[in-house]
Amino acid sequence: MTIVPPEELVPNKQRLSFLSLARGRLSGQKLFIAGAVVLLVIIVMALLAPWITPYPQDAQGGVDPVNSLLAPSAQHWFGTDQVGRDVYTRVVFGARTSLLIVFSVLFLSVIIGVTLGVIAGYAGGWVRDVVMRVTDVFLAFPALLLSLALCIVLQPDLQTAILAITVTWWPWYTRLAAGVAASISGRAYMDAVRALGISPVRAVFRHVLPNSLTPVIVQLSLDAGGIILTAAALSFLGLGAQEPTPEWGLMVSQGQDLFTTAYWVSLFPGLAILVAAFAFNMLGEGLRTALDPRRVAGS
Amino acid sequence: MGRYLVRRLAQAALVVIGVVVLTFVIVRLLPGDPAAAYAGPRASPEDLARARELLGLDKPVVVQLGMYMSGLVRGDWGMSLHTRQSVLHDLSIAFPASLELVGTALLFAVIIGIPLGLMAARFFGSPVDGGIRLGSMFIAAFPVFLLALIVQNTFATKLGWFPVAGEYDSKLDSTSPLHLYTNVTIIDALVTGNWPIFLSTLHHLILPALVVAAYPIGVVTQMTRAAVSEEGSLDHARLERALGFTPGQVLRRFSFRPALNPILTLLALVFAYSLVNAFLVESIFNWPGLGKYAVESIRSLDTAAVAGVTLIVALAYVIANLVVDIAQTFIDPRVRLT
Repeated sequence: MTIVPPEELVPNKQRLSFLSLARGRLSGQKLFIAGAVVLLVIIVMALLAPWITPYPQDAQGGVDPVNSLLAPSAQHWFGTDQVGRDVYTRVVFGARTSLLIVFSVLFLSVIIGVTLGVIAGYAGGWVRDVVMRVTDVFLAFPALLLSLALCIVLQPDLQTAILAITVTWWPWYTRLAAGVAASISGRAYMDAVRALGISPVRAVFRHVLPNSLTPVIVQLSLDAGGIILTAAALSFLGLGAQEPTPEWGLMVSQGQDLFTTAYWVSLFPGLAILVAAFAFNMLGEGLRTALDPRRVAGS
Repeated sequence: MGRYLVRRLAQAALVVIGVVVLTFVIVRLLPGDPAAAYAGPRASPEDLARARELLGLDKPVVVQLGMYMSGLVRGDWGMSLHTRQSVLHDLSIAFPASLELVGTALLFAVIIGIPLGLMAARFFGSPVDGGIRLGSMFIAAFPVFLLALIVQNTFATKLGWFPVAGEYDSKLDSTSPLHLYTNVTIIDALVTGNWPIFLSTLHHLILPALVVAAYPIGVVTQMTRAAVSEEGSLDHARLERALGFTPGQVLRRFSFRPALNPILTLLALVFAYSLVNAFLVESIFNWPGLGKYAVESIRSLDTAAVAGVTLIVALAYVIANLVVDIAQTFIDPRVRLT
């Protein structure tokens, strides 16, 4: 019997698992592709907003009372709102606001959450205990609630909303990263890292962090939809982005009293939230199915 | 078992203290001066100083935190600026109304979500599974306020099948007044045999509860599907199939029960989430719960009231988690050993 070096075992194992997981991966891929395509369209529309909308001046303060509350037509695909702004234009520009919020919150949460989590998981002992108890406290507040409280105390605007959602979101990544980091630090190659006398800081950032990222990336894509919904709920309550910023939740709230007579003011921005959140959910589920072998084992 | 309970309770107590501290920090971050709000707009500098002394604002922050905590324990949660009542009194009316709404919604989530999830797990990988999976993701992505507007406009305003807003027909207050015990209208009406109010509340409850239930139905379906199908892939399920149990029997008898734990954990999480999600639904359906109270408090910058709402929801979450964790030790003895 010869000893097979571990590197040679890996591709073989991957091939095996790939065969047995092919079906699950395929269904994951379909979801992933569907979500990715929709998101790509949203991102492209957000980038090209000034050139693909008929009334780009309506994205900010444009007021045109003569044309207020027009029903959807060839001139105004999604109709116009109370002050005569083109709803289609504002929905397209709203994608910019939503994507800005999602990516800022995810970026900040990951920086804070993963750093803390990896340190806690690697260090273990009382460091881990303290960090975990702190995350327990933050997780006891539903995201929207803590954001609500913060947005009331601070000046309600887009930056505050981003900050507030971040405050509620980082602990999830801390817990996730801490779990992964703890399991990594127990593996043989980390013993080797320590035996080589590599400093703990370098060990964490060069050897633990990169290996903790896969579950974090899956979680990120699963969370993005939730962030869109939370941000929209905040501005629906008047605590997020403020007029005249084109923000989907805010637009729904501005049209809510007119829903019976002029449904289009609320409906289209609301559907935009739905489509964006759904696309992120499909992307996340697809990634999870494709990357996590346990998910498909039931077939 | 006893040791597990003690440890779990101590952990919950620690979280509660943390929640109180965090709420205190948020409230004290407020740029406004609580003493100025207390003393009124025409207060002299002496009045302000007196108010500051009365509210303890001249003391060190740690002492203020201690005063805040002892006040909470004594039932002094502050005065609401907009209702001019004690916050605890307001909450004792608003919180049960929200519980009524969210409790009904979670009931819907369990009786709709679990069977759907089981069906998806039974036909894992088939078009039925695909449809249920996609449908549950779609419903979970629906912004709750949009759903509320669409449902209210369709089934109440246009079709007139359900009342547009409110908890029950307020005319009934004079014809068949309700005796309050729990402040949960539907329970009080049921135990006192007040059928007019019971039926009216039920009628008013269905639409908003279904709207609040949308997200829980979606995630409960997904979790049931995932947990049950994972359980069905384990060795014990293979053995059971080899022994001649049909796939349906294996699912119902052997795979569902161990899958209950993650579903219960999820329900505790979803409970707190739905309490807050219900804020938006309550404001649209004019339901006299925490959400309506919170929205009014936000509009009038009523810090004490907002802090009260924040605290009670966080406490509800901690308690729900505790209850679920303890329930789990009965469902799954393995939990006790960890």
